[in-house]
Amino acid sequence: MEAKPSLLKILDVVALGSLITATGLVFFYAPLEAVMGAVQKVFYFHVATAWAGMLGFLVAAIAGVTYLVTTRRRWDIVGLSAVEISVVFLFIAIVTGSIWARPTWNSWWTWDPRLTTATIMELVYAAYLMLRQGIEDPERRARFGAVYVIVGFISVPLTFLSIRIFRTIHPVVIGGGDPNSQGTFDMTPKMLQTFLFSLLTFSVVFGDLMWHRMRLGWLADKVEQLKIRYHV
Amino acid sequence: MIRVRKLVKRFGPRTVLSGLNLEAETGEFVALLGPNGAGKTTFLRILASLSPPTMGEVCVAGYNLPEQASAVRSRLGIVSHQQLLYGDLTAEENLRFYARMYGVREASQRIAEVLSLVGLTTRRRDLVRTYSRGMQQRLAIARAILHDPEVMLLDEPHTGLDQDACVMLDDVLGEVAGRGRTVMMTSHDLTRAADIATRFDVLSHGVITASVRREEIARRDLLDFYREAIGRGGTL
Amino acid sequence: MICWISIGRRLAAEGRCNMRHTLRDFFRTVFAVVAKDLTAELHSRELFSAMLVFSLLIILVFNFALELNVRTRAEVTAGVLWVTFAFAGTLGLNRSLAMEKDRGCLDGLLLAPVERSAIYFGKTLGNFVFMLVVEIVVLPVYSVLYNTNLFQPALLLVILLGSIGYIAVGTLLATMAVQARTRDILLPILLFPVVIPVLLSAVKASSGFLQGLSFSDVRAWLNLLIAYDVIFLAVAYMVFDYVVEE
Repeated sequence: MEAKPSLLKILDVVALGSLITATGLVFFYAPLEAVMGAVQKVFYFHVATAWAGMLGFLVAAIAGVTYLVTTRRRWDIVGLSAVEISVVFLFIAIVTGSIWARPTWNSWWTWDPRLTTATIMELVYAAYLMLRQGIEDPERRARFGAVYVIVGFISVPLTFLSIRIFRTIHPVVIGGGDPNSQGTFDMTPKMLQTFLFSLLTFSVVFGDLMWHRMRLGWLADKVEQLKIRYHV
Repeated sequence: MIRVRKLVKRFGPRTVLSGLNLEAETGEFVALLGPNGAGKTTFLRILASLSPPTMGEVCVAGYNLPEQASAVRSRLGIVSHQQLLYGDLTAEENLRFYARMYGVREASQRIAEVLSLVGLTTRRRDLVRTYSRGMQQRLAIARAILHDPEVMLLDEPHTGLDQDACVMLDDVLGEVAGRGRTVMMTSHDLTRAADIATRFDVLSHGVITASVRREEIARRDLLDFYREAIGRGGTL
Repeated sequence: MICWISIGRRLAAEGRCNMRHTLRDFFRTVFAVVAKDLTAELHSRELFSAMLVFSLLIILVFNFALELNVRTRAEVTAGVLWVTFAFAGTLGLNRSLAMEKDRGCLDGLLLAPVERSAIYFGKTLGNFVFMLVVEIVVLPVYSVLYNTNLFQPALLLVILLGSIGYIAVGTLLATMAVQARTRDILLPILLFPVVIPVLLSAVKASSGFLQGLSFSDVRAWLNLLIAYDVIFLAVAYMVFDYVVEE
């Protein structure tokens, strides 16, 4: 039985620590925003989890291509782990976004490009997982998963592009200036620091969870091999 | 002809074929025997270029797999226990389709030839859906020899056929095999195989454990030969 | 060693088949697959009737689901049409690829000495024809039922382009879906999130033409549609091998 690598243990501590720190920063360090009040604090986690949710897509797409080229099982595990984790993060992002939207735009939902694309991305993740579930043969499962992620990875930005041609009311907080978008606000230095720290935190947490999940996948494979060898 | 050396096939952690060696010359009709799950179908699929070998050398009709798969395919005729036929097309249309796929010249003439060979000329305009299992198998053989392949692979072709159909199938096989082709047929029916094959090989535990020519063994000894061969695999 | 001697013999002998893959072989294969699909459909007529009936039912349901008075109709027609086509399309795709899975015919295709991409293009073209035929029938029916003239050449162009993109990615995904256990419900789940760029552009372009916008106004959407068609065809062509081979 392989013990947890010490680097992973350290990463666990770091991840947990940053998460706690980030929460602390959000509630105690960052100032209260003038217009939106306390609700605005959701923003820090919302963007960070959205970032983590989309990062997984990139990782899965790269893992997919690499798997098709090399057919090495580890890349399939990387892709699967990335999608499984991103499903959760993206879901959190969508929900926190909805919480933020209610007082700001006066509705739980709006069909603007970013929100719609995020939902579609989430559906692509779900479809990926359902596809894998329906296939018995592990190699075929890996190949189909890789192909679907690649197709999705190409399609989702195109979706975003298509919808973007409409006007958006989603706040373009960093850069971009659509004067009609509501809910934008300027960030004070303290806010910026909190924001960047949140981004960093969630990247670390993402990496930590990825490592754990991949380890789980490798160990599960090992168990399968042992089972076969000892005819269990 | 078929040459296989040290063929290994793994599905994930499971090893199905572990260093299989086999050689078959032109004109031989090899019956590949073995228990269920021994890897006969897997082996055939590799020879058919449908499945890539994990390791080892495979040479069929003079070409290496998997690199020269395309060249191998044009010289290969397959009869599987799935018919590979379209139920919604007539026999003639099925053959015409495959004639196009294989680039068969003078297709109409060839189609008529093979149909008469398998005795289906009168039913050629009927939808394959309406065929009995025996007729479908015969049409499957017609399909397999349409492009005059050098090597034929048959995966338990007698499955699901009644006695008469089996006899008819054997006649067709005998006729087809006698034209300088190399034929490999998997079977778990010893008596059937004994009638038509020129050689018996036994696949067990992922390798060929025994091989004997028909002349070298008396028919009544076949069962013992087989039983002994499948028990042997674990020690190799 | 003996392999090489055999190769020499084969090269010397006149085979019944070509060894090299030429462009002619490619088109021959594509044509063969399309002809096979069309012939099978002519015999059974299952696909066509299923898709047609399904489309008409959807249009009927929409009639009750949406208050299609004359004014709202103009804005909503494009959407209704494309939803109809999208759903009926999955039916056709499922059936078309299931036919190959039946009796192991997919293996039959793979055993032939043809390029995999020719198989893809053959199936795609066949599916495209089926979808087009259904659309051609649905249009006049819709026109009659809702008193809207849908027979504008520009609209037909959009339908053509939109169907290409839909079928391009649909054939690829259907080939995967049909090899899974959950094959029937899987295709829409896989296809719809991914085909949205095509559907969106098609709806916007259709809507634009139906509302009488000029060609130059709608051109942006048409360009997008063409771009998506090319992209999806290219991607599907590149990955199709991985979806059929072992």
